[in-house]
Amino acid sequence: MDVEAKPQNGSERPWLDQKAKPFIRIDKVTKKFGDFTAVDNVSLDIFKGELFALLGGSGCGKTTLLRMLAGFEMPTAGRLYLDGQDMTDIPPYERPVNMMFQSYALFPHMTVEKNVGYGLKHEQMTDAQRKDRVRQLLDLVQLTPLAGRKPHQLSGGQRQRVALARALAKQPKVLLLDEPLGALDKKLREQTQFELINIQDKLGVTFIVVTHDQEEAMTLATRIAVMDQGLIRQTGTPTEIYEFPRTRFVADFIGSINIFDGEVKSSAKSKVTVASPTLGTDVTVDHPGTLASGAKVAIAVRPEKISIERKKPGAKAADNAIAGKVMDLGYFGKDSLYRVKLPSGAMVRVNAVNSRRAGENERVAVWEDDVWLTFAPSSVIVLTE
Amino acid sequence: MRRRPYFLIFVLILGYAFFYVPIASMIFYSFNKSRLATVWGGFSTEWYGKLLTNQQVLDAAWLSLRIAFLSATIATILGTMAGMALARFSRFRGRVLFSGLVSAPLVMPEVITGISLVLFFIGLEFLIGWPNGRGFTTITLAHITFSLSYVTVVVQSRLASMDRSVEEAAMDLGSKPLRVLFDVTLPIISPAIIAGWLLAFTLSLDDVVITAFTNGPGTTTLPLYIFSKVRLGVTPDMNALATIIVLLVGTGVALAGFLMYRAEKKRERDVQMAIAANK
Amino acid sequence: MAALAPAPTSAQGEESHLPKAHTFRAWLDREAWRQAIIAIPYLWLLFFFIAPFLIVLAISIGTAQVGIPPVIWKDSFPFGTFDNYAFLTQDDIYWQGYLNSLKVAVIATFFALLIGYPMALGIARASGTWRNVLLLLVILPFWTSFLLRVYAWIGLLGNNSWFNKGLTWILATFFPFWVEGDHIQMMNTNFAVVLGIVYSYLPFMILPLYATLEKLDRTLDEAAMDLGSRPWQVFKDITLPLSVPGIVAGAMLVFIPATGEYVIPSLMGRGDSPMIGRVLADEFFQNRDWPVASSVAVALLAILVIPIMIYNFFQARDARAGAK
Repeated sequence: MDVEAKPQNGSERPWLDQKAKPFIRIDKVTKKFGDFTAVDNVSLDIFKGELFALLGGSGCGKTTLLRMLAGFEMPTAGRLYLDGQDMTDIPPYERPVNMMFQSYALFPHMTVEKNVGYGLKHEQMTDAQRKDRVRQLLDLVQLTPLAGRKPHQLSGGQRQRVALARALAKQPKVLLLDEPLGALDKKLREQTQFELINIQDKLGVTFIVVTHDQEEAMTLATRIAVMDQGLIRQTGTPTEIYEFPRTRFVADFIGSINIFDGEVKSSAKSKVTVASPTLGTDVTVDHPGTLASGAKVAIAVRPEKISIERKKPGAKAADNAIAGKVMDLGYFGKDSLYRVKLPSGAMVRVNAVNSRRAGENERVAVWEDDVWLTFAPSSVIVLTE
Repeated sequence: MRRRPYFLIFVLILGYAFFYVPIASMIFYSFNKSRLATVWGGFSTEWYGKLLTNQQVLDAAWLSLRIAFLSATIATILGTMAGMALARFSRFRGRVLFSGLVSAPLVMPEVITGISLVLFFIGLEFLIGWPNGRGFTTITLAHITFSLSYVTVVVQSRLASMDRSVEEAAMDLGSKPLRVLFDVTLPIISPAIIAGWLLAFTLSLDDVVITAFTNGPGTTTLPLYIFSKVRLGVTPDMNALATIIVLLVGTGVALAGFLMYRAEKKRERDVQMAIAANK
Repeated sequence: MAALAPAPTSAQGEESHLPKAHTFRAWLDREAWRQAIIAIPYLWLLFFFIAPFLIVLAISIGTAQVGIPPVIWKDSFPFGTFDNYAFLTQDDIYWQGYLNSLKVAVIATFFALLIGYPMALGIARASGTWRNVLLLLVILPFWTSFLLRVYAWIGLLGNNSWFNKGLTWILATFFPFWVEGDHIQMMNTNFAVVLGIVYSYLPFMILPLYATLEKLDRTLDEAAMDLGSRPWQVFKDITLPLSVPGIVAGAMLVFIPATGEYVIPSLMGRGDSPMIGRVLADEFFQNRDWPVASSVAVALLAILVIPIMIYNFFQARDARAGAK
């Protein structure tokens, strides 16, 4: 298989380079179905060799956006560009873009071999070349022994690999994957996840993955766009999305988080002090730039960034400390989840790794225990929106 | 453990007796030696022999088969088109009227369809001189018209339950819509198309009323022949003819049912094996 | 790899140097074949279904005459007359024909439901292989000749048949005051017509009922039983209400064709009180009165419009539910 060279030009993070040319440009695209706006004025640049994830709940518009890239839906407004050329009006069968469908959409009346070779019928190549190509693809997804089987004789994981091989056969410039791992069970999903990354890495094809599963998006993607109600709420690397969410929606959607309303008390030297009535204390936060005093903000802390102790912490002035009482305790083996009630009545979720082996009576804290919660200023996110 | 539903079993036995006792009795009496159809006079196959030399019966059967073959084939083509139009094209001008038109012949009493077609054919001949009298052509046209609805229903429901992304996948891999139709859609719905053809064929082979209205002198189909004979009462040669037809069709349907059942079982086994092999 | 040039340019570019066959293909790809797929069956039905019916409507307001054509219209507005329809209300034979048809159809539908429902339920509750066999046994008569199945019953109902004699003997033994003579007159009665219709249309009742009953979630029954319902109550509270769409579909599929039935009453019914289908055919074939025959057809359709609409309503609702 003629493996395309991995893009060597530019950095590993082309999206940071102002001069880098986007490979796919989605330009102010809107899609309406009657009165319903599925995709609302979305603009997005995706670069060559990326493994880009569109993440969102059902009905957020991610699949519609993908189907517009494939050519199955026409945008109501806006344009789509691939490699600098306008693709908006090109029918699906002429786009150098292939799709792996959520249901896999294997042709039930064709063997694995015929399925994989189907797209090559339209290519200018000899029968021998075609056969050769199919064999290479089957090798790539490790399905050579099953070449003669029909789709109904395959397991879910095998079908998924046929669908992948079939979509890769025409060497598309972009591969679109609609919930590629959605139909697989948990164990197979983890394994397949890494296979997908390896194949993408090997071929250097740009992947765009639609998923509702945040873990999947985090593991697979170089960048993620979080979608909601037809809008892109934030685009960024998995780390950016998780550690530096810009909006309450993204913070809440990705992982689990504690959010409290507050008011800026003072702001200096990239340290902000926020007064929060719910927490009953002032919180010091690392924040680039300054904020006006009295501004209404929200502060957010992820459960795993809070530590829980029975003893009152010493005078480590750098950390924020709050007292509370354990109301609920969930033991998951490797970690435990505590729900701690503050004097104001608010609940805080705390996630603690059980790094020490401890019997039931030796736990860090149990129900009704009075505890202290501490978290560093660098762990707190200020949400201004 | 559920209690055995004795009442349902009892009704089922009675119901199937209701279905099959008359047919069994008819088959039994077809081997009756006596000329009186209802009095047993010993075993004989002479009525079958007489039937095979009855030129009227053979002509009628041949005519019916020709009409059924032609009308089923055309009805299948038209019905498949109509089914695709209804299942695949969500919006076009006159869709509501079209879907009404397709389903109307299913529920229209045959006498109404019959009289309107014959008056139409007479009117058409009066105006443009075609069709020239009534007979093979008019019967075939009438049969196509009422059986295409059945084909449409069968094809439409198969298409509606088909995963559309399979067609999209073919298009995504570079096939234009017409290619998708021949490469993917038609092969997948082919069992429904075959079932539709068989249905149209038997409906045509069986039709009395619409044929009675649209036939002309000299075109006596098998059902018309039987109808005229049966009006005069039960006879042993009719028993023999009925037995042949019922057994032919019955064996055919039972065989088709068995083959489909076996294919389904094999498929289930394959799926089981694929799942087991993966574990 | 497909060219990335805009579609129109590439299509033209290909066409210019390709042979004729490819030009036709290109024409087909430009959605023309989609129009053909809709237009051909559409036109067929307009021509062979709607046009004939319009002609019936037109003839029903014409006047019969001796000659060719045997119908004539007034040459001035309103061109037609409703005399034929008025005539239908005056002569007993027509409205009695309608009443007779409706009566027979209602009774036949009722008995088909009475027999068909428990059968459909029994099939739906049967286990795998049995269910397939039982279903095949219902479909089998549906494929075999309708006419011959009616014929088979004629053989059984005749005065000298073993069935008639056996039935006479049983009835004479248990209810001697009911039976006179050595046979029961069954042929050429309304009983025979109802029996013939129930027999012929029973598969049409069973199949939609089965389709509905088979889809019912049996855990609902278990939930009802768990909450204290006895089997009969479970049937009354759960199964029966949920199978209403099947009942309506089955009842309409029996009632509508039964009302216009021609073959069964001709072969098994009484000559002196014909059903409306027979009246229509006689008017056309024997009396050659096209206008009256046409107005009988129009009036018959008018009677059946309501049940047909009920049927379509339930079908459409079903289709919508299926789409969701």
